[in-house]
Parts: sequence; C-alpha cells; structure tokens
Amino acid sequence: MSGLSISRRGLLAGISAAGASAALSACGAKTGTESTSGSAATADTSGSTVKVGLLNSLSGTMAISEVTVHNSLLLAIKEINASGGVLGKKLKPISQDGASDWPTFAEKAEALITDDKVAATFGCWTSASRKAVKPVFERYKSLLFYPVQYEGLEQSPYIFYIGATTNQQIVPALDYLKKQGLTKLYLVGSDYVFPRTANKIIKAYAKAKGLTVVGEDYAPLGSTEFSTIVNKVKGSGADAVFNTLNGDSNVAFFKEYKSAGLTAKSLPVLSVSIAEEEVKSIGTQYLEGQLTAWNYYETTPGAANKKFVAAYQAAYGKDKPTSDPMEAAYISVYLWKAMVEKAGSFDVAKVKAASDGIVLDAPEGKVTVDGATQHVYKTARIGKVGSDGLIEEVWNSGKPIKPDPYLKGYSWASGLS
Amino acid sequence: MTVVLNQSFTGISIGAVLLLIALGLTLTFGQMGVINMAHGEFIMAGAYTTYVLQKSISSAGVSLLVALPLAFLVAGAMGALLEWLLIRRLYTRPLDTLLVTWGVSLMLQQLARDVFGAPNVQTAAPDLLTGNISAGSVTFANNRLFILGLALLCVLGLTLVLRFTPLGRRIRAVVQNRDLAEVSGIATGQVDRITFFIGSGLAGVAGVALTLVGPIGPTMGTNYIVDAFLVVVVGGIGQLKGAVITAFALGVLQSVLEYSTTVSVAKVVVLVAIVAFLQWRPQGLYTLRTRSLA
Repeated sequence: MSGLSISRRGLLAGISAAGASAALSACGAKTGTESTSGSAATADTSGSTVKVGLLNSLSGTMAISEVTVHNSLLLAIKEINASGGVLGKKLKPISQDGASDWPTFAEKAEALITDDKVAATFGCWTSASRKAVKPVFERYKSLLFYPVQYEGLEQSPYIFYIGATTNQQIVPALDYLKKQGLTKLYLVGSDYVFPRTANKIIKAYAKAKGLTVVGEDYAPLGSTEFSTIVNKVKGSGADAVFNTLNGDSNVAFFKEYKSAGLTAKSLPVLSVSIAEEEVKSIGTQYLEGQLTAWNYYETTPGAANKKFVAAYQAAYGKDKPTSDPMEAAYISVYLWKAMVEKAGSFDVAKVKAASDGIVLDAPEGKVTVDGATQHVYKTARIGKVGSDGLIEEVWNSGKPIKPDPYLKGYSWASGLS
Repeated sequence: MTVVLNQSFTGISIGAVLLLIALGLTLTFGQMGVINMAHGEFIMAGAYTTYVLQKSISSAGVSLLVALPLAFLVAGAMGALLEWLLIRRLYTRPLDTLLVTWGVSLMLQQLARDVFGAPNVQTAAPDLLTGNISAGSVTFANNRLFILGLALLCVLGLTLVLRFTPLGRRIRAVVQNRDLAEVSGIATGQVDRITFFIGSGLAGVAGVALTLVGPIGPTMGTNYIVDAFLVVVVGGIGQLKGAVITAFALGVLQSVLEYSTTVSVAKVVVLVAIVAFLQWRPQGLYTLRTRSLA
C-alpha cells in the first residue's frame, strides 16, 4: 500500500507544479479571456490545427470495451476533418492510454491539458476513472465529454455527460418490467459503485411503485463463481432479474444461468451493461431472448444510424458491431463541434454557455443538450437479444427524456444522494 | 428440501473445481515443498490450449476431449521446464521459490496478453454440457457433473500412480527422505522433474475444466491460486486424502454460507474458519510421517 501513497503524493506534487507552470506560461497565443483565475489551462488554438484529447483504456481489463469507444472517436474526428474541421481548423487527436487504472487516468488527463493544451477531452468509461479525472478537469477548467451510461447523482461543470443518466435507462427499464407484469425482481450486480447506487434507486422505485425486490446479491468484480447466486435466484420466486454485473462476470453468470435450466422465457434477465460487443464475447447462445436497456442499438432505424454503422464497419471491419457507448462517443465530438461553432470560439466558458439547446440528428435519434445539467435528452430503448447477436428494440420511450441526474422530478427518489 | 439438495450439489461442484485446481499443487507444494506461484498460470495455459484447439477443431465436444490430454502435456512441459531452469537450484531455499515463481507467473501473464490479447476470451461448451439433468425438483448442471467426474478421475489416477507404480514408489521415497533415496540409487533430480510434470499437467487439466464455467484470460489463474493453497494447507501438506476432504468441505461450507448471507461475508467467514482451524491443527487435517531428520 505504501507504493500507492507515494504515487499519490507524486501526483499531487505534479499537479501543483504543472498548475504553476501553466500560470507562468499564460502569455502564449490563446483564446481564453475567461481564464484569468491563474490555474486554468488554456487550449493552444494559434495554428491551423487544434488538439483534442482522447482518454481511453487501450490496455488492461477495460480495453475490450474502451478500444471500441476510441475507434468511434477517431472516426468522428476523421469525418469532421474531411468536411473542413471546426472553425476552419483541423482536429488533431492526441490519444492517451488510461490503462484501466484510475490514477493513470488522472495523470494522463493532466498531461493532455497542460502539455498538449487540448481544447477538449473525450473518454473514460468506468465511474472510478471518471471520479478520478473530475478534479483534474475542474482544477484546470477544461472540458471532458463522457460517453457511458452511469449511476447519476453527479454533476460537474466541466463534464458533459453524453451517456444516459439513471432516469433515461434504469427508470424506464423498471417501468417496462412493471408494464409486463414482472413485479418481483432479483437484483444481481458487481460489488462496486455503479450497481450499488443503481440498486439503491431500484429499491426506492420498488417501494413507491409496488414492485417487490425478492433478493439482492453482489459478486466481486471479476468473480466467476455464480452457482449459489443462480440457485438463490431460482428459489426466490422472482419474475425477472435486474442485472448490473459488469465485464467478464457476465460470462460465468449466463453460463451458470443456462446450466441451471433458466431461460429468457422462464425468468428473463434485464441487463444494463451488456451491449452488442459484449453479446458477441459472452456468446449469443447464452443471451438469446434476454433483455437490455440502452438508448441506442446497431439496429436502431434511421438514416443517421445507417450512415454511422456503414462508416464504422468500413473503417474497422464488416463484422464489428456498434454499441451505445460507441455511438455516444461518436456524437460527443459532433456535439462539441456544434457548441464551438455556436460560440464562435474554443474558449471553455463560451463553449459551455453556448451548449444549451444544441440539437443533433444522431444515430440514436434526436438529441438535445441540456445546458443546466450538461447532460443530453435521450430516448430510452428496451431491446431483446436476437439469434444473430444483434439487439432488436421491443419498446422505446417515444420521445427523448429530459436528463435528471439527481432524480429531482421523481417524488419516490427524495432522500437518495 | 429442494433448496438443501440443490445447495449441496452446488457445494460439491464448487468443491470439485477446488479439488481439481489443488490436486497438482498437493504434488508440487505438498510433496516437494515448492511454493509455486506460477501454478495458476499453468491453469491458464490449459484453458488457452482449449481455446486454440477450438479454433482449429470446430466441434466443441471433440476439441474438449483432445484438449484434456493435450493441456496436461502442455502445462506439464511448462512445469518441467520451470523446474529444470529455476526451481532445482532452489530446493534448499523454499521461500525463494515463492519469489522466483511469482516473477515467472507475471511473465507468463504478460506473454499470454501479448499472444492472445488483453481481453478475455470464451470457448463454446459442447451442447451436451450446457444442459442439465433434473431428478425431481433437483437440478444437476451437466458441466458441473462433468467437472466432478473429471476431478474424481484425476484423484483416482494420481492415487494409482503414487501407490502402485515404480514411479510412484520413487516419488514417495524422495519425499520421505531425499538423501536416503539418493544413496539408494534413485535419480532424485529426474523424479523431481517428473513429479513437477505431473503436478503442473494436472493444473492444465483444471484449466480445461474451468473453460466450462467462465471466461479465459491472462489473470484467470490468480483467481484460484489462493484457494488452491488453502486446500493444500488445510488438508495437510502432501496428503491427497486431506486435499479431497478439504476441497469438498470448503465447497459445501462456502455455498451454504453464501446462500444464507452474501458472497463477501461467506468468503470472510470461510477464511476465519480456516485460520481458526490452523490454530488448532497447524499441521492440517492429515500429517505426513517422513523419515527425514528435519
């Protein structure tokens, strides 16, 4: 453990030194008139290009998911450059590897802001990595665009949340289950912040809306022994399982589920962290017929999505699926571009001020930026895994839902924090 | 009643997995006193052998059957190589084997990452093993029955080899008194290597079995290595009988506790129970009587 504390101390020293040097060098070409508060780092936009940071895990346990996000970010940047760039400047992507390790994320975020002087950064996946970089972006008043659904209850002035917050994914998923008459839920999740917070919200919802939570179990992240949990689920009298397991544990869980004779028909599982990429790696035969909740599927209809899927597969391979976080990453670059163009400047304060009401015809349908929360309006979609490994939509919310990260608009959610 | 029967089967099946991964370790750690931290990576090697085979043999059933002996050979060869390169120089310094083999395990993990990529991979189980058999209201998962059978088969095979073959007699002789065995004309170095080959090979077989329950990845061995050592230590160093009893006892204890509490609580309670047991019986369930002077 002493190694950790040393590196943390080193990190703090590094941050303050870098902050001081950023303040000292505050005399180059820059756009910022707002950044008079000393420690704010400003983007270098003096040349014909402007740098943007891509911060994803290109190695380590999260690489399987985050590399796909990195790919779609590069695709968006390539497309934007081909059509003339942003404010006449080409985007130059600077990729940093967070290595599935949150202190590394914080270090790399700082390097992007202070050394590369990026105009904005796109990336992060796990809540742990987001929580680690949050103070860095706030300290330097630099922008992060975060592309993954998360547990809500957070709002940073320097983060734009492009993935769903809970009222755009978990709450509609519960509404859907309730409407199907599936009222007795068993909660299975990995033991860390997202499932614990999500299940707190689910239990509050259940209490208010007449659902019953018949059981709740957490397995350590990466755990592969699920026989007892599956036995408990089987004997619980549940109508459905709400699954917030993350990563590889899903493989072991669904193998065990099938071995125990449980099927999508007899006891459906609704998952919130399994998208097309994960379906492929877990194995379609284990997931066929099971439910997922997202805002986007590869099969989502519309010209914008056709174009996105075709462009992605042309760049990365015919057999590569697209998924919700990839789509959110892709549109996050376009949303930033629209904000910058509306502001007429790369300056962070002006970009933030211009963000409210930005509309984009995205692959998932129309999305609108809510300036007050820095989240976006998104359409909730429930999908069913098909035999081809793709997910078919079985229900959607009809219109984009206003983001409500603190669930203030839901009386049953008062007291959650 | 259904719950009790289902949970007992779960406990036994967890025990079977524990037994399979601890079996090789009873030889290399138990009999030879080598703390082999790379044992988990031999498990991984067995699992990746199955994965590679499945890429070339499309039938999941055939590839699984071919994988069992092949994984034994692959992991066994890796173990023998490790013994020949490093461990034989360290027999007098058991704690150093821990450090050396830990280093080797890290290198093997990185090697797997470079060869197979960092993301975990999966194999498809044969159709026969994805279903289950129901007896009344009790369900037996076929993959778990297969692992149970495999574990018992390995125990039986190992027992026969140790009890009734000349090789087994030589292994037991070396374990009981290395110097005396040596002066009696037994090539102890060779016996060491063969023992290591068998122990590591059994880890490879365990790796094949684990592909039926979970994902295959560079660090999968580390998930199991601690449990495997616990089984060997509690069972009594070098005691096959002890390992068998302990594996099933810990499996049942774990599953019963998990059912009535949570996964984390069960893990803690099992660990506390083990610590308490070792206070009472530091030598484990069974002890080996040796003729060595130490």
